[in-house]
Amino acid sequence: MNSFIELLRQPWPWYVSGPLIGLTVPALLLLGNKSFGISANLRHICAMCFPANIPFFRYDWRKELWNLFLVAGVLLGGTISAWLLSDPNPVQVNPALVNELAGYGIHNYQSQVPAELFSWGQLFTIRGLLMMVGGGFLIGFGTRYAGGCTSGHAITGLSMLQWPSLVATVCFMVGGLIMANFILPIILSL
Amino acid sequence: MQSIPDTDFEMRSQDAICVNESQLSHKWYHQLKYLVVGILFGIVLVKSEVVSWFRIQEMFRFQSFHMYGVIGSAVVVGIISVLIIKRFKIRTIYGEPVQFHKKQFNKGQVIGGLLFGLGWAVTGACPGPIFAQIGTGVTVAIVVLLSAVAGTWVYGKVRDRLPH
Repeated sequence: MNSFIELLRQPWPWYVSGPLIGLTVPALLLLGNKSFGISANLRHICAMCFPANIPFFRYDWRKELWNLFLVAGVLLGGTISAWLLSDPNPVQVNPALVNELAGYGIHNYQSQVPAELFSWGQLFTIRGLLMMVGGGFLIGFGTRYAGGCTSGHAITGLSMLQWPSLVATVCFMVGGLIMANFILPIILSL
Repeated sequence: MQSIPDTDFEMRSQDAICVNESQLSHKWYHQLKYLVVGILFGIVLVKSEVVSWFRIQEMFRFQSFHMYGVIGSAVVVGIISVLIIKRFKIRTIYGEPVQFHKKQFNKGQVIGGLLFGLGWAVTGACPGPIFAQIGTGVTVAIVVLLSAVAGTWVYGKVRDRLPH
């Protein structure tokens, strides 16, 4: 049993975690006709807290309460992993990335995010504002404009063989490639 | 909002993949099963390091197969599961037939998709991982989340003036 827990503490390989993520799609369909997606919760939060008479937020968000329960679970799942299943070793990434990031003064691989960039102390620097506030805004605006995020389009939409979701997924990747390779180096140099 | 029940589904499903297709209503504790699915999903996200900013940087630099393996195998399992549900007309645990709706293409999937991609690579998180990161104790991700809610709100505000 202890060795099993030890195994769970290690990073899970893609061929274990990927299929488990894929199973979320049939699980939600069979539990109650729910299509898997996360970003719609951002809209439900708007509809619940700040509808401001905007037609896009005037709907019965209680019908989508299941989605808020799902995302509350994701948060709790994060807590459980950190509390019971945490791996004491830093994340292992490609040495080329380690070299590149060292050039920007990023050396701490202990957390999910580099402490040198994502911390309350960094929030009010130009770099921090651009990355956390600007990045968050792009996520919220972009996912809703696209009609879904990685879970809604790349997992659910592709699972249902919807070609608009393939277009969206390709665009997610293109946007990410542009940011990581061309824009992020400029932001990190600030 | 209760005065327009006939259009409620259309409004809820606008610009959304994940919509509650069920006609049934249940007591609130029936929602707890989604909490359980969320917990399992959150654990997988963290343990597969999908929530790691570093892993996302690796992916967008083609320095590792890991993320492509995770997403690719998830999609393969998803496709097979959906085919099985359709082929054998498997019903939900409440006996409802499973609903599938065709999504229409619009320009938002391109423009919005590119904008989201930029945000994904800079924060190292898509919406699911933001919640999981907060759960692991990266409290500053709350700022990313609030900003994402603001982005969604602004989209809702200017939606009619954007190309679709």
